[in-house]
Amino acid sequence: MSVLDSRIPAGPIKDKWTNHKNKINVVNPANKRLIDVIVVGTGLAGGSAAASLAELGYKVKAFAFQDSPRRAHSIAAQGGINAAKNYQNDGDSVYRLFYDTVKGGDYRAREANVYRLAEVSANIIDQCVAQGVPFARDYGGLLDNRSFGGVLVSRTFYAKGQTGQQLLLGAYSAMNRQIGKGKIQMYNRHEMLDLVIVNGKARGVIVRNLVTGAIERHSAHAVVLATGGYGNVFFLSTNAMGSNVTAAWRAHRRGAFFANPCYTQIHPTCIPRSGDYQSKLTLMSESLRNDGRIWVPKKMEDVEKIRSGAIKPKDLKEEDRDYYLERRYPAFGNLVPRDVASRAAKERCDAGFGVNQTGEAVFLDFASAIQRYGKEKANVLGEHNATPDRITALGKGVIEDKYGNLFQMYQKITDDNPYETPMKIYPAVHYTMGGLWVDYNLMTTIPGCYAAGEANFSDHGANRLGASALMQGLADGYFVLPYTIGDYLADEIRTGPISTDSPEFDEAEKAVTDRLTQLMNIQGSQSVDSFHKRLGKVMWDKVGMSRNAKGLEEAIVEIQQIKDEFWKDVKIPGSMDEYNPELEKAGRVADFLELGILFAKDALHRNESCGGHFREESVEESGEQQGEAKRDDVNFKYVAAWEWTGNPADSNLHKEELEFNDIELKQRSYK
Amino acid sequence: MNLTLKVWRQKNASDKGRMETYQLSDVSEHMSFLEMLDVLNEQLINEGKEPVAFDHDCREGICGMCSLQINGEPHGPDRGVTTCQLHMRMFKDGDTIVIEPFRAKAFPVIKDLVVDRSSFDRIQHAGGFISVNTSGNTQDANAIPVEKDKADKAFDAATCIGCGACVAACKNASAMLFVSAKVSQFALLPQGKIEAKDRVLNMVHQMDLEGFGNCSNTGACEVECPKGISLENIARMNREYLKASIVKEK
Ligand SMILES: Cc1cc2nc3c(=O)[nH]c(=O)nc-3n(C[C@H](O)[C@H](O)[C@H](O)COP(=O)(O)OP(=O)(O)OC[C@H]3O[C@@H](n4cnc5c(N)ncnc54)[C@H](O)[C@@H]3O)c2cc1C
Ligand code: SF4
Ligand code: FES
Repeated sequence: MSVLDSRIPAGPIKDKWTNHKNKINVVNPANKRLIDVIVVGTGLAGGSAAASLAELGYKVKAFAFQDSPRRAHSIAAQGGINAAKNYQNDGDSVYRLFYDTVKGGDYRAREANVYRLAEVSANIIDQCVAQGVPFARDYGGLLDNRSFGGVLVSRTFYAKGQTGQQLLLGAYSAMNRQIGKGKIQMYNRHEMLDLVIVNGKARGVIVRNLVTGAIERHSAHAVVLATGGYGNVFFLSTNAMGSNVTAAWRAHRRGAFFANPCYTQIHPTCIPRSGDYQSKLTLMSESLRNDGRIWVPKKMEDVEKIRSGAIKPKDLKEEDRDYYLERRYPAFGNLVPRDVASRAAKERCDAGFGVNQTGEAVFLDFASAIQRYGKEKANVLGEHNATPDRITALGKGVIEDKYGNLFQMYQKITDDNPYETPMKIYPAVHYTMGGLWVDYNLMTTIPGCYAAGEANFSDHGANRLGASALMQGLADGYFVLPYTIGDYLADEIRTGPISTDSPEFDEAEKAVTDRLTQLMNIQGSQSVDSFHKRLGKVMWDKVGMSRNAKGLEEAIVEIQQIKDEFWKDVKIPGSMDEYNPELEKAGRVADFLELGILFAKDALHRNESCGGHFREESVEESGEQQGEAKRDDVNFKYVAAWEWTGNPADSNLHKEELEFNDIELKQRSYK
Repeated sequence: MNLTLKVWRQKNASDKGRMETYQLSDVSEHMSFLEMLDVLNEQLINEGKEPVAFDHDCREGICGMCSLQINGEPHGPDRGVTTCQLHMRMFKDGDTIVIEPFRAKAFPVIKDLVVDRSSFDRIQHAGGFISVNTSGNTQDANAIPVEKDKADKAFDAATCIGCGACVAACKNASAMLFVSAKVSQFALLPQGKIEAKDRVLNMVHQMDLEGFGNCSNTGACEVECPKGISLENIARMNREYLKASIVKEK
């Protein structure tokens, strides 16, 4: 099983997917009724997969730990979803989306997958509109678009700042249709705790009913993991509180390779941290960078005056402001990709220019956009002599239309009015590009076990451009898996129903029960959260926005210590056979502790900077790109896929060499 | 600030439940309400007691998972926010805060402050969708233009997060605002018109089966709704329902 076969179809890139679909095995509709598929996770990837597979005729069982599929973390996505529709006639195309995504990922994504993603992107929008997703429209009744970081065309479709919500409700409604018909059996408040493998194939899952604590066995001919990302390994992140690595990690321990764990996206526009009690960070959509300008004061004395409240940010003169992104990256300005924007903010704050008490904040300013839009609007209304107040009022109206709910959210959290004073923002952990290694068919290294959406590694490389995770989740679920899974299931039509009464199910159930019992029996003295916070601090300090070998080596040792202490001293109240949120958290933190070690190990071995992975040892020393991240294509043009060996610090590294035949590898420049 | 918390504790669905009182000190006004409960739970765990169970996930006002009846109001005293977005600056030093689960027959308590809202899902299974294949072979998205005004209204209705505050706020525990939001979203769009009649009839039927009360136009739901879902939607649903009943019943 140690061979990585990516199963990329032969032929020119633009024909690969079509050819593959033509050749792939299909299952006769009558036989689909005899085949069971388990889908774990009902976010955009899992929800769309469950609905599509059920519609094709498979018998689907879907699981989620929330109380309803509609609450999956995808619901929180704000900014938008990309698609190469070229509705704006600004030169967009499948190729351009493909190119931007590969470049944005710093040439660490698989070309064939990304091309397919770009190819199906346009269908996603059609599909969602047909399902009643209320995307933003212009006055002519046509779909509206905006642009996102790292891109020069307007290809992002959106529904105010709630795009994820609307897309998820679309997938949820498609699921509801199938649940109503009895084609999907939905298990809410159920958590997958292990994968069951029979004769080398994924054949089911062990889940815990979170309400009663009962451990259940569920079998199927194939298992799809669409369980989201693992950014919560940092404790503080923009992810929902329940987001975790457990399902992927349990599959990893059963033989699925874990790819590029260290690739983390740090999002530049989050609300800064305010205190130690803080449980999570809140994202301000990147779409704000379309209209907001980012700055810090040029002079230290102004920084101090702003911090102490002696001057208001809006009173600082234009020439005393450092619009550092516009200064450093004239071509892209405020719209540089996230890793670039995040590091630039850190650089300014590290240099002492942070504008809040903790020194970890920069301004995101809408004043000039309000003026610009206000004038435009006044012209449209024929008010050519509008007063400055009128212009400001009109401009605020336009901004409210575009970002109203984000502004409201900001104000609720910070008690500051962003229409009157610039927002304060700082980078935060947001998305993980690593995940289970999958081949072109989205199958992991365990036959019959698939991974979709943020849970897999395949499409984003070392960085993810805005509005592309939603696109990938839906592409995987609606349009890729429904085809590719047939290739595997075509051989399963004679298998018949799979019994849960087998030694393999016994063993897996026992492993789950033993682990839970062990956790409950520790009865130590420290809460689960206290361990999670300590892990998060090590991760952020040493495996965060920039990393060096010394810090990473220390991190591995420190996480190991926290892990040992956890298993000796964690305190979980209550019992196993009841609703017990502390026990749920404990299982997840236990897995995060193991992942954390592998994460640091992966970051340590990758002695290059690429995308969101910034190694301080690998920086351009001279020339136009001086100080920017330096990639090393000679030594690191591969996917790192780790094999579990019993201890995360000793995992085996497998390499999938990446080939770039259609895009020339270049220094990523946004200057 | 220092607070007295009166919290509903109920071991499981068959337990009778009771209020318990806890003292909490050093609460910062910058905390969210749920972060305040995290601090309480940390304190309870350290004292060897069971933490208070409550539902939450996104903590940014969008997943609809958090609930809580705070001082008699769903999602507490602030307007237009969910419990996770409620900040402690809404309270004062020395306050007593009463925290209970959302109360409604159709929302049975699971534990402490956690209730079962799966009745909402079952209403959606009955018709909260447009019957389109997920094949990707649908027509081009711009083939049917949608009036901006209508699209915006459909969007406003679609922003319902399914939290159930409307039910908890209503003296009849009616789910009209929630159901009408979905019915309105589809009623305002050109897509999905064909099944409009079945949709509204089936969803309303299921709503009744789940044990939700009737709407008596009090409007408490709109006041407490964190997403500003408007009563206009109930009026629209009533029109849709009436239309459907007249045409259907033969
Ligand atoms: C605040 C925020 C804003 C974002 N904005 C954008 C944006 O504008 N554009 C964009 O493209 N992307 C955005 N993203 C990223 C994007 O939202 C996610 O990458 C994407 O939604 C992930 O979808 P998913 O289906 O893979 O997983 P998720 O939506 O995370 O779903 C995971 C599912 O798995 C289930 N699950 C997990 N573990 C288990 C288990 N052990 N057992 C049972 N069930 C389990 C959960 O219940 C859930 O149903 C944003 C992310 C955040 C945090
Ligand atoms: S209508 Fe408002 S209160 Fe009711 S479920 Fe929807 S968002 Fe919550
Ligand atoms: S926790 Fe998601 S809305 Fe409050």
